[in-house]
Amino acid sequence: MSRVSSVLASSKTDVSYARRVAASVTDPEMPMLTLEDLGVLRDVEVDGDIVIVTITPTYSGCPAMATMRDDLVHRLRDAGFAEVEVRVSLHPAWSSDWITPRGREALAEHGISAPGAAPRHDGPIVLSLLPIRRTLTCPRCGSSDIELTSEFGPTACKALYRCTSCLEPFEHVKEI
Amino acid sequence: MDMNHTPDPSHLPDDDSVYEGLLVGDDSQWAFGTDFEDPLAGVDTTVPDGVDTHQLAVYCLMLADDALVMSHRLSEWCSNAPDLEEDIALANIALDLLGQARLLLARAAAADPSVVPALPDGSPVPPEDALAFFRDDREFRNVRLVEADNGDFAMTIARLLLFSTWRLALFQRLAASRDHVLSAVAVKGVKEMTYHRDYAGRWFLTLARGTDESRRRLVAGLEAIWPLHGELFTTHAAELVTAESGVGVDPATVADEVDVRLEQVFSMSGVDRPDVAPLAGVRGKTGRCGLHTEALSRLLAEMQVVARAHPTGSW
Repeated sequence: MSRVSSVLASSKTDVSYARRVAASVTDPEMPMLTLEDLGVLRDVEVDGDIVIVTITPTYSGCPAMATMRDDLVHRLRDAGFAEVEVRVSLHPAWSSDWITPRGREALAEHGISAPGAAPRHDGPIVLSLLPIRRTLTCPRCGSSDIELTSEFGPTACKALYRCTSCLEPFEHVKEI
Repeated sequence: MDMNHTPDPSHLPDDDSVYEGLLVGDDSQWAFGTDFEDPLAGVDTTVPDGVDTHQLAVYCLMLADDALVMSHRLSEWCSNAPDLEEDIALANIALDLLGQARLLLARAAAADPSVVPALPDGSPVPPEDALAFFRDDREFRNVRLVEADNGDFAMTIARLLLFSTWRLALFQRLAASRDHVLSAVAVKGVKEMTYHRDYAGRWFLTLARGTDESRRRLVAGLEAIWPLHGELFTTHAAELVTAESGVGVDPATVADEVDVRLEQVFSMSGVDRPDVAPLAGVRGKTGRCGLHTEALSRLLAEMQVVARAHPTGSW
């Protein structure tokens, strides 16, 4: 137990400090995004001597969850919080709509196309036998002459595109 | 106030060698971590009132094993698919299903710990891994559709179309489960499997309308797996009991909807529904009862061999 934890525990400013630290931790696969910008950071609270951080997976099999947890624990410990617990929240399920405007800008600056509005799954889900049509622009040259290479990319959350003007491939964060 | 923000020295590498830091502290510097945490940490795993915990666990094993075995088959395409994009696509689908399997196995273990195989004292293997790697074929509850060998790419696509159409329909209903974990897994799974079904449907159409050879292979692949289609809609006692208590879904209730979706793909593709007899079970018992084809034993032998050789190993 750290000598500072008992002092930290009761103060509201420490909750906001803990939140600030947790919010600055970045995604291991897309380091231009913080966990907050990605929308996976759901809650930060201080309970007695423990900082409790709640995160949610983007996809069921997201292999980055353990790294996110470890990064959160390290950063908060380094910031003086002795005990850190990271919890998983499965509900509500993550949506690409939760990526913040700042996160979308950061993606675009790094050559990754940000997602459009996520599909709703309230009623029957249409089986789409034609490629999904997205109105995208190439994050490098800005051209709208793009073609889908694959709905599945280097990480679970991305599709692969190619710009037919500048001929460069780029990644698009999928709507989910 | 003592706001000491100096990093804990135990996390810093030794000055003598840049590699020293790799040998101290915890394992988290390795890519994606090497330890295992409870995937349901912090999730409320209380079983709802009036639900038989053992039947709930068995039902979770069924849904988990479908995903786990299908995931393993799909991952066998890694570095073997027709091109890099399909390699990546199939691996992504396998990863989504593996994630679903992990959550469902953990849910089964939390609902009824007696379903988890016993391991030697001191074994660090978590319950979901014990279920995946230390059960024998007779204890697996997956439908036989997912265990058949991959065949060629066309057969894999035909199977993925059947599987994802069926599972998506099941999960859409499972989203209303009274069990919070099953409901959350289902809501998330619906989003993922919408992409899986679209992928399989588009490739089905592409292969059917492609060359004579691609069409021949697709039709042959569909006929080869069709004998395992009927089993998807046969209700097992655990499915019935959990459906009646509001936590599970009776697969017979999705038969019509799945039929309509498949017909949509078949008619656009100009492919007839195969006219082949179902594969018989053993005295009427099939995958959900733990009676499988030989293919599952070989799959499990490969999937489980390393874990079984080191039941107390830590990775």
